[in-house]
Amino acid sequence: MLLHDLSIGELAGCLVKHEISSVQLTRHFLARIEALNPSLNALITVTAQQALIDAHVADTRRAAGERAPLLGIPLIHKDIFCTDGVRTSCGSRMLDNFIAPYDATVVARLKLAGAIMLGKANMDEFAMGSSNETSYYGAVKNPWDITKVPGGSSGGSAAATAARLAAFATGTDTGGSIRQPAALTGVTGVKPTYGRVSRYGMIAFASSLDQAGVIARSAADAAVVLNAIAGYDPKDSTSVDVPVPDYTAALRTPLKGLKIGLLKEFFAGLEPRNAALIHDALKVYSAMGAETLEVSLPSLPLSVPTYYVVAPAECSSNLSRYDGVRFGYRCEQPKDLMDLYKRSRGEGFGAEVKRRIMTGTYVLSAGYFDAYYLKAQKVRRLITNEFLAAFQRVDLLIGPTTPTPAFAIGAKIDDPVTMYLNDIYTIGANLAGLPGVSLPCGLIDQLPMGLQLIGPHFAEAQLLNAAHQFQLATEWHRLVPRGYE
Amino acid sequence: MSLTRHDVEKIAHLARLSITEHELQEFVTSLSSIVDLVDALARASTESVEPMAHPLEGQHQRLRSDVVSETDQRDKYQANAPSVQSGLYVVPRVIE
Repeated sequence: MLLHDLSIGELAGCLVKHEISSVQLTRHFLARIEALNPSLNALITVTAQQALIDAHVADTRRAAGERAPLLGIPLIHKDIFCTDGVRTSCGSRMLDNFIAPYDATVVARLKLAGAIMLGKANMDEFAMGSSNETSYYGAVKNPWDITKVPGGSSGGSAAATAARLAAFATGTDTGGSIRQPAALTGVTGVKPTYGRVSRYGMIAFASSLDQAGVIARSAADAAVVLNAIAGYDPKDSTSVDVPVPDYTAALRTPLKGLKIGLLKEFFAGLEPRNAALIHDALKVYSAMGAETLEVSLPSLPLSVPTYYVVAPAECSSNLSRYDGVRFGYRCEQPKDLMDLYKRSRGEGFGAEVKRRIMTGTYVLSAGYFDAYYLKAQKVRRLITNEFLAAFQRVDLLIGPTTPTPAFAIGAKIDDPVTMYLNDIYTIGANLAGLPGVSLPCGLIDQLPMGLQLIGPHFAEAQLLNAAHQFQLATEWHRLVPRGYE
Repeated sequence: MSLTRHDVEKIAHLARLSITEHELQEFVTSLSSIVDLVDALARASTESVEPMAHPLEGQHQRLRSDVVSETDQRDKYQANAPSVQSGLYVVPRVIE
């Protein structure tokens, strides 16, 4: 039995029965990181010393009788979450020297739950990217084929989870940044409802779209983690005060009578092998008694243009805080304040971040605001209304997570618009604030593919249950990339 | 719609970004193709549709009560600053 292949529930059982200690478990994962991370580049920072101290504390807490599902379980945080006293780079030269002075709420809650942070995951710079190639710290490699991208922006979190470098990882999803890399690396990714998980201490990209979530090896594992991080936080003014159900308790609901909507717009032009995998998944669900209906959201094809107005606009505003004065990178020998601003930002940000700031600046500038930003906000409402109308007829929507399996490193990085189209199936849920899950549903060219489930607001429990039932009936989520068994 | 070198220089100035000649050329091309992508929005009929600023209907920014909730941590925060002196952030001279 291999420790790194056990589920969170199984690991917790081993810990409680004293078959292993948290210190042993932490050493095991740290050894895997040391051996396997150099070729993957999934972590920016490894916090080995602190992890062993924390693991010892977890063992002490357990010895004193404490029982908690994540007590002593090792994880990796996306480097977008502030971690008190630990460098928090957001994948950028701008924050290469930034030591976070406090913990993000997600980090604080997982600490309280007793989970052990092993390090900080590589990511696209400021979460802007779909391939993890925009990181200042270099591209992350896909453990299924190290010539391929792992997806992004939570590419390090996904690659690390797929390579069994930790039991699970945190991620964030603004336009697909949890679901898309989860799909391309064969793991399970959960993007909760907007406002379900606190954004406090999570470095902002596009504030009306950003949401924290989980990357794990199964829906059952993700449910345990979501239990720990979901819930109202007074420190985040957009956090929603809606009761949090027990997501693990919801995993036993039969799917008989469940109405699944097949998103017509997702199948127009879909690669036949990809479409076949989705239809195979539907057969699994119909065998459980679920019904399938075709659903059309006519405005959905406008998701990508809507997103590439709203997200850059919000990013141009959010990233104005990086001024070379209070924290972050400062250029050498500025000749005046304007030179300090311009060169600190020009040298501190990479090409994609600059491109998005400039796109946002353009669509918000005098004369263009109505044609782009206001128009995009209106189309965003059309898309949202169509989703909400669909949920009057069906319980959840189903489709692919990505158009293709993982592509080669370097293949799309020079063509931003082609890169943006990777997210055509994931962006809709962010615009409408809906929860979404990606789970492994098969292979194309020996590379994993993801099935996407989208639910109504706050329907994480139903989504996780539907994903879990699929994983009880299939083995796709159990596949391990060669060399990482 | 195609953006010109002049457009991109103006946007870079508004965004307070220094860009190299090589970047300028690349951004003229890539920003033009992004603008072409988002121009598809013009096709949508949005008459009498209210703009949506928040993804959850009925949610508004909350106000908290006006009480002190944070302690003074200036030294800790300023440890991240590129240049401080006597508790102040140092920038190039702005008043002659």
